[in-house]
Amino acid sequence: MSKNNMTTRSKVLVMRETRSAYLFLLPSLIFFVGFVIIPMFMCLFTSFFNYTMSDFKFVGIGNYVEMFQDKIFQRAFWNTVLIVVVAVPAVTIFSLWVGSSIYRMHAVTRSFFRCVFYLPVVTGTVAVAVVWKWMFNKYTGLFNHVLSEVGLIDQNISWLGDEKTAIWCIIIILFTTSIGQPIVLYVAALGNVDTSLVEAAEVDGATDMQTFWKIKWPSIMPTTLYVLVITTINSFQCYALIQLLTSGGPNHSTDTIMYYIYYEAFKLNRYGYGNAMGIFLAAVIAIFSALQFKVTKSGSVD
Amino acid sequence: MKSGVKRTTGYDIIVLVIMVILAILFIFPVYWIVTGSFKDAAAINAASPEWFPKNPTTDNYVRLFAKPAMRWLFNSVFIALMSMALTCMTAAMAGYALAKKRFVGRGLLFTFLVCAMALPKQVVLVPLLKEMSFLGLHDNVWAVILPTVGWPFGVFLMKQFSETIPTEMLEAVRIDGAGEVQTFLTIVLPIVKPGIGALAIFTFITTWNDYFLQLIMLNSSNTLTIALGIAKLQSEMSNDFGLIMAGAALGAIPIIAIFLMFQKYFTQGITMGAVKG
Repeated sequence: MSKNNMTTRSKVLVMRETRSAYLFLLPSLIFFVGFVIIPMFMCLFTSFFNYTMSDFKFVGIGNYVEMFQDKIFQRAFWNTVLIVVVAVPAVTIFSLWVGSSIYRMHAVTRSFFRCVFYLPVVTGTVAVAVVWKWMFNKYTGLFNHVLSEVGLIDQNISWLGDEKTAIWCIIIILFTTSIGQPIVLYVAALGNVDTSLVEAAEVDGATDMQTFWKIKWPSIMPTTLYVLVITTINSFQCYALIQLLTSGGPNHSTDTIMYYIYYEAFKLNRYGYGNAMGIFLAAVIAIFSALQFKVTKSGSVD
Repeated sequence: MKSGVKRTTGYDIIVLVIMVILAILFIFPVYWIVTGSFKDAAAINAASPEWFPKNPTTDNYVRLFAKPAMRWLFNSVFIALMSMALTCMTAAMAGYALAKKRFVGRGLLFTFLVCAMALPKQVVLVPLLKEMSFLGLHDNVWAVILPTVGWPFGVFLMKQFSETIPTEMLEAVRIDGAGEVQTFLTIVLPIVKPGIGALAIFTFITTWNDYFLQLIMLNSSNTLTIALGIAKLQSEMSNDFGLIMAGAALGAIPIIAIFLMFQKYFTQGITMGAVKG
């Protein structure tokens, strides 16, 4: 009897709590549902339509079929994969190294370096791209000037105009604009490592390398996972640098999926096709993230 | 710093040297923008780079302000400030509810938010543009502000900070008869204030630099932001490097200054926002 009374009372409480919770959530949910969830479903829905300025016709998986037969899409896909496969490990390893190096420094020095490596992010892609475009310039650029002064090249290289070099230029710039956040995260994570464990290991005569791999590495694993996932997401979405530096050229050698989506959807007004590629990209990113999650999880158990 | 005296080893010195070289490389673009904006055409196009402007000139800035550069700057500031204010307000409320209230559908909502965070933001830009046109916001600065506020990162950040509110404190004021609004204003807000600071500065900087979203949504000359303005200069007057550098300086220097002033909060925002699991 009294138990029954209790449950109805707590039910009333839960309902009251739920009502007030949703009132607090409401403003945020309006924006979230309106400008994240609805466009996501629209993206999925319209990907099954031949959707252009004048047309809106159901084509089933037609867009997806076209996508896999589209030579330019295939090129864009492999370029994107190349960027991810090179940039993600490079960013993660480099930022871990920088993070653990500056972590040992004096607080002021540490803060200085943290700011410096964040600078390209804060400066903004557009402003950074302006400088890099000049550095890669065939005639007045810094790289050609330095390399010919040193005598390594006798003919100026058109860095962004050559199919073989252009994508590597993009990867280098992407690298410099991607390491800021991981470094901040690693410095913070290393600061949270249980110092008593580290001290105990040092007393036991463990070397720096041993303390790192046995104690610090496992406890910064969640950070590594997070870094891997955000860097993967960002690299897969590489767009702004391409648009600003090469416009996908020469001969589609720097097209990425994101750039190609933009091109099809906004230049050719093929929204349905663009959205199909968007859904594909989202699925690929989800698979990559899940894989990284699995691999790093099983790695930390050992 | 830690246990005992740490000797400086050879490795430490090598590391420091490499760090200093890297630091110079990372500072270089900013240095080059600022010095380049004061160079005349001859100096900026010289085959061998002029490391410091020998004949400094403000001519590039005169030409820059002959264009609607102030308008671009104003739009960037407006977008960043509005996104910041709205994000902080909505996220502080939602983060508190998620962290401190047990309500029906909490788990489901949380899962939704996490999944949305893991999805590529840029993928939804095509339908988002259609939605904005439908709402009559095409080529309007609000088309950039509204999606920025919808992004769930802020809610996560504020949830993390709200976890630190002592539950006993909330219960105590409830027993004293305080209403929900009063509790939020007098108890919750003062405790999560550092979180709001972190979120504010983080939102301001990322919104300022969100070039892609701005590019999709804005295109007429009185809605352009400074980032779009620089890109426009670069594509339309690609040989006038001095003018482009002046534009880049106008876009980069204010935001770098803000970053340096508030970098403590900014760092905190990035670290606390890292979602675990």
